[in-house]
Amino acid sequence: MKPAPFRYADPRSLEEALDVLTAEHGAKVLAGGQSLIPLLAMRLAAPATLVDINRVPGLDTVETTGDGVRVGALVRHDGLLRDSPDATAAARVQPLLARATANVAHPAIRNRGTTVGSIAHADPSGEMTAVLALTGGSVTVATPEGRSTVGWQDLFVGPLETSLAGPAVVVDAFFPALPARSGTAFAEISRRKGDYAVCGAGVVVTLDEDRRVAAVRASYLSVGLVPEVHDLTEAVAGKPVDGADWAAAGALARTLVDPDGDIHASADYRRLLVGVLTERTLAEAAAEALERTAA
Amino acid sequence: MTTSVDSERTVTVTVNGVLREATVPVRRVLSDLLREDLRLTGTHVGCAHGVCGSCTVLVDGVPVRSCLVLAVQVDGAEVTTVEGLAREDDRGGQVLHPVQEAFRECHALQCGFCTPGFLVTIAAGLEARDATAEITEEEVDELVGGNLCRCTGYANIKKAVRHAAATMRDDAR
Amino acid sequence: MTTKLFGEPVRRREDARLITGKGRYLDDLGAGALAAAFVRSPHAHARVTDVDVEAALDVEGLVAIYTYEDLTGPMAEPMPVLIPHPQLHAPRTGYALANGVVHHVGEPVVMVVATDRYVAEDAADRIAVSYEELPVVVGVDAAREARATVHDDVPDNVAARHHQETGDVEPALAAAPHTLSFTQYIERSACMPLEGKGVHARWDADDGSLRVHSSTQASTSVRAAIAAKLELSLDRVEVIAPDVGGGFGVKIVHPWPEELLVPMAAIRLGREVKWAEDRREHFISSAHERQQRQEITVGFDDDGRITALDVHVWHDNGAYTPYGIIVPIITATQLVGPYAIPVYRVVVESVYTNTVIVTPYRGAGRPQGCYAMERTMDRIADALGLDRAEVRRRNLITPDQFPYDHRLTFQDGRPVIYDSGDYPGLLDKLVALVGWDEAGALRADAQARGKLLGIGMALYVEGTGPGPYEGGHVQVLGSGKVLVSTGLTSQGQGHETVFAQIVASELGVPIDDVEVHTGDTRRFGYAVGTFASRAAVMSGNAVALAARGVREKALRIAADVLEADPADLEIDEGQVQVKGTPGASIPLRTVAVLSNPLRYAFDQAAQQATQFVTHDDSKPPVAPGDAPGLEHRDYYSPIRSTFASGAHAAVVEIDPRTWEIDVVRYAVVHDCGNVVNPMIVEGQVQGGVAQGVGGALYERMAYDGDGQLQNASFMDFLMPYASEVPDIAIDHQETPSPLNPLGIKGAGEAGVIPGTAAIASAIEDAVGRRITSMPISPTELYDLMRDETAERTAGSQQVPLQTGVPA
Repeated sequence: MKPAPFRYADPRSLEEALDVLTAEHGAKVLAGGQSLIPLLAMRLAAPATLVDINRVPGLDTVETTGDGVRVGALVRHDGLLRDSPDATAAARVQPLLARATANVAHPAIRNRGTTVGSIAHADPSGEMTAVLALTGGSVTVATPEGRSTVGWQDLFVGPLETSLAGPAVVVDAFFPALPARSGTAFAEISRRKGDYAVCGAGVVVTLDEDRRVAAVRASYLSVGLVPEVHDLTEAVAGKPVDGADWAAAGALARTLVDPDGDIHASADYRRLLVGVLTERTLAEAAAEALERTAA
Repeated sequence: MTTSVDSERTVTVTVNGVLREATVPVRRVLSDLLREDLRLTGTHVGCAHGVCGSCTVLVDGVPVRSCLVLAVQVDGAEVTTVEGLAREDDRGGQVLHPVQEAFRECHALQCGFCTPGFLVTIAAGLEARDATAEITEEEVDELVGGNLCRCTGYANIKKAVRHAAATMRDDAR
Repeated sequence: MTTKLFGEPVRRREDARLITGKGRYLDDLGAGALAAAFVRSPHAHARVTDVDVEAALDVEGLVAIYTYEDLTGPMAEPMPVLIPHPQLHAPRTGYALANGVVHHVGEPVVMVVATDRYVAEDAADRIAVSYEELPVVVGVDAAREARATVHDDVPDNVAARHHQETGDVEPALAAAPHTLSFTQYIERSACMPLEGKGVHARWDADDGSLRVHSSTQASTSVRAAIAAKLELSLDRVEVIAPDVGGGFGVKIVHPWPEELLVPMAAIRLGREVKWAEDRREHFISSAHERQQRQEITVGFDDDGRITALDVHVWHDNGAYTPYGIIVPIITATQLVGPYAIPVYRVVVESVYTNTVIVTPYRGAGRPQGCYAMERTMDRIADALGLDRAEVRRRNLITPDQFPYDHRLTFQDGRPVIYDSGDYPGLLDKLVALVGWDEAGALRADAQARGKLLGIGMALYVEGTGPGPYEGGHVQVLGSGKVLVSTGLTSQGQGHETVFAQIVASELGVPIDDVEVHTGDTRRFGYAVGTFASRAAVMSGNAVALAARGVREKALRIAADVLEADPADLEIDEGQVQVKGTPGASIPLRTVAVLSNPLRYAFDQAAQQATQFVTHDDSKPPVAPGDAPGLEHRDYYSPIRSTFASGAHAAVVEIDPRTWEIDVVRYAVVHDCGNVVNPMIVEGQVQGGVAQGVGGALYERMAYDGDGQLQNASFMDFLMPYASEVPDIAIDHQETPSPLNPLGIKGAGEAGVIPGTAAIASAIEDAVGRRITSMPISPTELYDLMRDETAERTAGSQQVPLQTGVPA
């Protein structure tokens, strides 16, 4: 379990990084490495060149505005959890981000792995892919031609596969702010604490001005080949928070998903969990929405 | 293009307070740099894919899996391994870290293979917290939760964390 | 005696080095050694048609490539069948490197030696092996059906048919007031020590000698195997087990192919060679254990007393049988547990599958036997509407029945005669410790929180400390240091501490003066190994006997000097003194000096023993029958195994919507006779329980139908983290063994044995559905709950059944 030979560059600017990615055929970007290096060690991946962006300045910031949270490519998972002004501001504008991040692996992995890296890794079991989808987020992609914004729907193509081709660096991910009168919740069930989820759910509940349910959206982990967002509004639309039948929303969710089975869970079991987690998280998210509406 | 693309690099890194240098193939992982090139074999590799935590070391004070970091990535960094946890006293004697003492006192190790990873993780965690506060069970669980041990069943490792936290609290008062 | 150390929670002496990073594990040795890597079969069953190494030859740093064609003499023959048995009628073993046909994924085909492991893997990657795939057999049921065969010449896939019976079971079953028949399964797990295997070899061409370090549980036997296979004289081979990062059984198997190939390469190349197994290799080429299909018929009376028991086990032994049928025998004989079974018949058919070999993993067949017996008890209780603890109590062997002869033959070839125990005492303590009688209240409380709660228990008896023997050597140096050595090895059990406690207690010296060495054939050449919870029993007693020999000699010499009767002397804190006469004493270190009559005074202390200082002319300096030096070597060889016992109980809570299973309380009562170090024994129990919980709820080797292991990583093979292990309450009982001088029984494996049985029982109690296959995961429990045909227990009406299970 030693990586196959590769060449290595650690450019000091984005331009240089793109230069190397352009010049080196089969080059791959290395950020946190917590998903990539195990693949290298098992020789399941053998890129010719690694372009380590860890020394590129300016990619390690969390910028929060009223519109949302922009997480730079070198922000470690822990950067959204740690007690810091940046993390606090981010959690206020889009609480789902930290809630989901708390479920990522174990602390030593969170100290090194990055939010953006896990999005670029495009693992449908990953927390960050689901959160990007659920919040309607996007990534900023730098290529030699310039920067562009890629929405989550256009980004995720398949398991561990994005639409990005050719020399490209994902420089940040943008998670739009939680809308007014909205609440979120995130929960997952894993075999061992810290494992990839057998199933996970993130939800957003939005109320109308009469504090009735106006919109319900959910995204799931380890369910389907790419992150999806399901609109569950019809099950509970117009209901007051304490009168909403969240189980009905869970039941609806079960009909919308198409999970696969593996050695840890059957497809049916995952579908069961989609229902249960939906119901549980919606109740929690609705309570938060109510709180934020009152405030 | 100014960036060099290399197959081999010279890495300069401060390990346990000592500046070290080694020329390595760029694919070398940090655990191998420490063990093979710098002959610091206290850091153990249990899985080489980032799950077991045996190889955990501190890079710039933060616990990371040394099997999931390339040696070239720590160029210029400070690394602490299990060999660097104890400090010297005024007379050149060895003063164990409270976590090391606690592991012995509480029988928190058996074969000892996973122990270095636990020790550095817990030591960093305890040092990062307010030492005067009573440690909570949630904190204990968080500190031991990311490392695998096949021998102890963890009960005594948790006990050692509480023991070390109590020692550090006494010292802090 | 003030030097009372036996029975004390003495802190471990190993720890000083292990907590500072100064341990020396296999891969820490041999800086600069060449590294070995292997090309392993990607197929579960295939014929090797071609090995093309051409592309590897230009890898810079490549040193050597070996295939089967390069093996000569005994190395070209099959690996040994380590433990032959008459009922192992079709033993098969592999070759050090595949010869023609591979029988499981991971079997070594080509060995590569290079300047480092990275380069060795590069070269291995480039070697192209062509295979012709053959039909694959996975799982006991497929092996039993034998539509395909693992070995051409074993058409029914049956390697062994192990059979024991204590009476005529069929009439006994026919006469039984009640009978039950059922089938159940248990899956594979593995030892999975955090350190994989590893071998380092250095050939001294000048001296013609080989020094091998191996992460093994049996250094003396590895030495013998290397000598035999490489055709070296035994005295030219040394094998040392350095610090070993866990074993749990997998490192008792030997010689592993690598243990022969690495020394072979070192000799051929004249260079140090090392192989440190990586995790993936460990998954697919080291041993697994546990898979069985168990068909059980039990006869019992109206009170729940068993009148006859008939068990047919199908045991998956993997592709080869190097370790004989030890696991089947242990299942067969330990299955009866603490119960008096009037008539018992057991047949274990050990079958080949195209999977990694099955050899002992902590518990070694006992968890399966316990699972069979204890689940039988649960079924009897359910059938009769009796309390599960009460049914067990009625079947227990009572304290007045010892020694209790089961009329079975154990894994050491000797009778299963329980030496001592108090099983009702264990059960009473367990019931109190876990709160068995308050389960109803716990259940109600859990229900109020929307959870299903269940409680289960399992009892076991564990034959420990099997022979044939272990030895110990104790030597007092003129410095006062006491050197202790024994041949068996250590993998974290704290032998350095425990044996030091024993010797310090026996000899009357401070423990700090005692230094213990294990697993080094240079120090002690005769040994068997560390397995079957035998180290404390075997080497503990051997070093005690050796210490007693030293003590006797010391008293004799000191008596001369002090002009006293040896019977009036005692040794305390390293001083030999006349009892009750302060001042009349001589340090033991001086006795050591005097024990060796000298011509040359190499230091100050030695002057006392030189020829012009000593002055008894009446006898030769070394009397006939005596020997110079204050040392003694002795052996302990038991008449048969000693039987430890214990009882575990688990309380589980299950979420009736997600079917997550949480062990919320776990209680252990254990009895391993006299305890040398209670801290270490508790540590063994806690570690064992964690493995038991892992085996019951998390760990399994998930082979697909093609014989590919689907979860060969720590990401997918779910060894428990701390978050998955419950708090454990422990209570003790000490029933000394009458069989050995120290009255001790083994404790190493106990913790793992009843976990699967107790947890299965608790889950069944919680959900009211029969649990017939373990381990069980939430997804499987969900399937079971939805299965309309799943058997419900008689007690299932107490379980609310509208638990959110959608149709």
